[in-house]
Amino acid sequence: MRRRTTSAVGGAFALALLTGCGAADMTKQASPYANAKGARTVNLAVQSWVGSLANVAVAQYLLENELGYRVDVVQVDEVPAWDALSQGRVDAILEDWGHPEQEQLYVEEKKTIARGGDLGVTGHIGWYIPTYFAEQHPDLKSWKDLNQYADRFRTAESGGKGQLMDGSPAYLTHDKALVKNLELDFKVVFAGSEAALLTQIKQFAKEKKPFLTYWNTPHWLFEKVPMTEVMLPPYEEGCDADPAEVACAYPTAPLQKYLNADFAQDGGEAADFLKKFTWSTEDQNAVSLMIADQKLTPQEAAEKWVDGHESTWKEWLS
Amino acid sequence: MATVTAIVPRTGRAGLLGHLAVRKLLLLTVAAAVLVPFAVARWAGGSWPEALTVDLSGPLAGASDWIIDNRDSHPLFLYFFGHVSNVVVVTVRAVYLALLAVGWAGATALAGLVAWRVAGIRLALGTAVAFLTCGLLGMWVPTMQTLALMVVAVTASVVVGALLGLVAGLSDRMNRVLRPVLDTMQVLPAFAYLLPVVLIFGIGVPAAVLATVVYAAPPMARLTALGLRGADKEVLEAVESLGTTSRQRLLTARIPLARKELLLGLNQTIMMALSMAVIASVIGAGGLGDRVYQALASVDVGAALAAGIPIVLLAVVLDRVTGAAGANLGQEPRPRTHWLYVVAGAAVVAAAGRLTARLEWPDGWVVPLVEPVNRAVGWMTDHLYSGVPVVGGTADWAARFTTWVLDPVRDGLQWLPWWSVLLVVATLAWLIGTWRTALTAVLAMAAIGVLGVWEPSLDTLSQVIAAVAVTLLVGFATGIAAARSERVDRLLRPVLDVFQTMPQFVYLIPVVALFGVGRAPAVAAAVVYALPAVVRITAQGLRQVDPATLESARSLGATSTQQLRQVQLPLARPALLLAVNQGVVLVLAVVIIGGMVGGGALGYDVVFGLAQGDLATGLVAGAAIVCLGLMLDRVTQPTERRAQKGA
Repeated sequence: MRRRTTSAVGGAFALALLTGCGAADMTKQASPYANAKGARTVNLAVQSWVGSLANVAVAQYLLENELGYRVDVVQVDEVPAWDALSQGRVDAILEDWGHPEQEQLYVEEKKTIARGGDLGVTGHIGWYIPTYFAEQHPDLKSWKDLNQYADRFRTAESGGKGQLMDGSPAYLTHDKALVKNLELDFKVVFAGSEAALLTQIKQFAKEKKPFLTYWNTPHWLFEKVPMTEVMLPPYEEGCDADPAEVACAYPTAPLQKYLNADFAQDGGEAADFLKKFTWSTEDQNAVSLMIADQKLTPQEAAEKWVDGHESTWKEWLS
Repeated sequence: MATVTAIVPRTGRAGLLGHLAVRKLLLLTVAAAVLVPFAVARWAGGSWPEALTVDLSGPLAGASDWIIDNRDSHPLFLYFFGHVSNVVVVTVRAVYLALLAVGWAGATALAGLVAWRVAGIRLALGTAVAFLTCGLLGMWVPTMQTLALMVVAVTASVVVGALLGLVAGLSDRMNRVLRPVLDTMQVLPAFAYLLPVVLIFGIGVPAAVLATVVYAAPPMARLTALGLRGADKEVLEAVESLGTTSRQRLLTARIPLARKELLLGLNQTIMMALSMAVIASVIGAGGLGDRVYQALASVDVGAALAAGIPIVLLAVVLDRVTGAAGANLGQEPRPRTHWLYVVAGAAVVAAAGRLTARLEWPDGWVVPLVEPVNRAVGWMTDHLYSGVPVVGGTADWAARFTTWVLDPVRDGLQWLPWWSVLLVVATLAWLIGTWRTALTAVLAMAAIGVLGVWEPSLDTLSQVIAAVAVTLLVGFATGIAAARSERVDRLLRPVLDVFQTMPQFVYLIPVVALFGVGRAPAVAAAVVYALPAVVRITAQGLRQVDPATLESARSLGATSTQQLRQVQLPLARPALLLAVNQGVVLVLAVVIIGGMVGGGALGYDVVFGLAQGDLATGLVAGAAIVCLGLMLDRVTQPTERRAQKGA
């Protein structure tokens, strides 16, 4: 028994020697795939929607072809992405839809994350119905009109009620509370991923079936399936403070970029470039559509956009 | 006459069993008669009583905050987790750089030559072709990243598993302590512990490797322990009589005797680790899994498949090569010089690649797979989704399945008073096992209520029951067909391989495109995943029925159907029960994926926990899945087999 203990202690000691004995700083650890050929590397976080993919694709293309960086793209959900950003596992998030708790913790208190400015795109979340249905039923304009149409939105999954579709669990949503507080005869069905929600919407649109869905602008899907917003009670500052009591629309917010604090300081050209990166909703949609609908790879789509918009991106590099 | 001898003891046992069953039922009825009135009087209502729940969200949120606040400063992180994390990064990086340095030609040659050395020329060619296919699909670099991660994760899993197995194999007490731990590690859905791992290690490779080890080490531990315990007593006594020390006995007799189990453990560990490759991409593991996951964002089945195929190829190659290595164990060892050829051959090819500056996979050598696949999926969903004459489209089936099967089962389960659910569980578990089995099952079910997730758990349970029913229906039919026809079997094998190893994320989109969002696609995804194992076990069980028995039945003039119904199926009963058990376990493993296509309930909660960094929701739902798994396992697995499973 004693011998086993000794060898265990010896092993632990050897491990400590091997790894440099001192404190190991987990905040200074890059991906093992980074800098594989001695190139300078930037790690960008990408989320599961195509707009995010478009930002990252264009940033990656310019960083690689104009500035000579190597870019590693990491797929990660929003909240874990903030965590990763604070630890330096990724250098930047290019499209954030607003995470007050995380901002308070990491930007204000711990100062491990720095603001990177506006992306130039304004985000809006709301409830949408397909335009073909809105045109047939012009009186369906706001949440007040929803109950009388509830049976039109019924599916097997929603039982006797109308179906309100929600997507990825990563989305910022209080639809369940909204349905309850606005006394709507609807059931929220969580598709569980944006991919599943998109597929379902396209499938409904192909058959011109009515549907009601949580959705956000900007999004390339509007080009393929035109949708009309159903108005919710207007948003007022703080009306969504208590998730259980909320009975108002989602805020409209300019999307933000965030950089790892150290990277923002010492990131050189790459950090300067990412801080200056701003483009319009139309630009983002153009790239998104090439990726999601024409099935170009993000790289091909980025190249196409970059070729046609030199004046826009030249400014980011100056 | 063999039929008679085979049947007599069965009827005898059935009579005994019947007697026992009646006694157990009587006892249960008495217990219920005493306890139920008490429970009803104390806590009225059908659902689990509020008073008997424990809210864990406060402490769990506290733990998560503590980790975030102390991650950069606490000694536990600086001197322990930090080093673990560093070692992982450094080793993965070393393997990755080595793979890049030998180039695509070198890596292919090395893999092919190793396969030739351990498994023969046919598998060597297969391995080389598989590697080249990964390149042709445009996935060379991600494949190397995944391979690097796998090498490290499998090595770590094997070391951890072997150590645990060694302890459990040598000490009975440790064996008893470790078994429930290993059970939990295997049933716990990987998604549920991604979050704690991410909190500690941050996203990226270290967390991915750690999560993989948790998932992949148990089979190695189990099989190591099994091998050590199963060592031939006589050989051991003979060795002992030579006056060896216990360490010598272990090294010279027990471990070599357990070689077969050890290799099987390695094989299982590799397969489990690969199946984690995609799930780990959710926390930034990179490589092939990441490509699959990113393709999902743009609803691109073709691109997901292009990244999924290399995973399947890696899995099949590694499975066959390690399997062949195990099968060749008994044979005469080949001369050691062969390894020399392997090293020399690989070195020559790698050097040639270096000299011609062709280390990276040539850009032009890519087969366009994405477009045709997307076209095929598009056609399928256009033409099958709805409006098919006579049979109706897949969407209609899904709607009917939801309304006529899923809804009644779910509503029925949720309508049952909580104590009656416990009673049913107790009855089923006791009838198939001992009072211990029943107790475990009931406690597991009760724990779900205590955790406060009774309703969603019953929702999940209803989906599992429906999926298992469909799986068994289709699986038994296919298995019987495969057992009776050599040709069907040969045709099925590659299909089953693909279904079993294809990352579930790849069929997420087609499943939604065919069945819409909801619980029906979740059930479909689960069936796809669980079917291969059920088919395999059924076919094998039927085929192993004693040929002499079958022959004599034939000579007595039994028709083909009679043979099947009266001889093969009854004799294959243990195998069929195992198929049921595996079906349940595998279906449960896909519950999380079901949450990503609209299955809701526990699966959604786990994904939600991960996406929102909400430790309480994620972990509680994960724990409830474990409890469901434990309960279902006890209810479907006869005691004899558990005793057999041993370690």
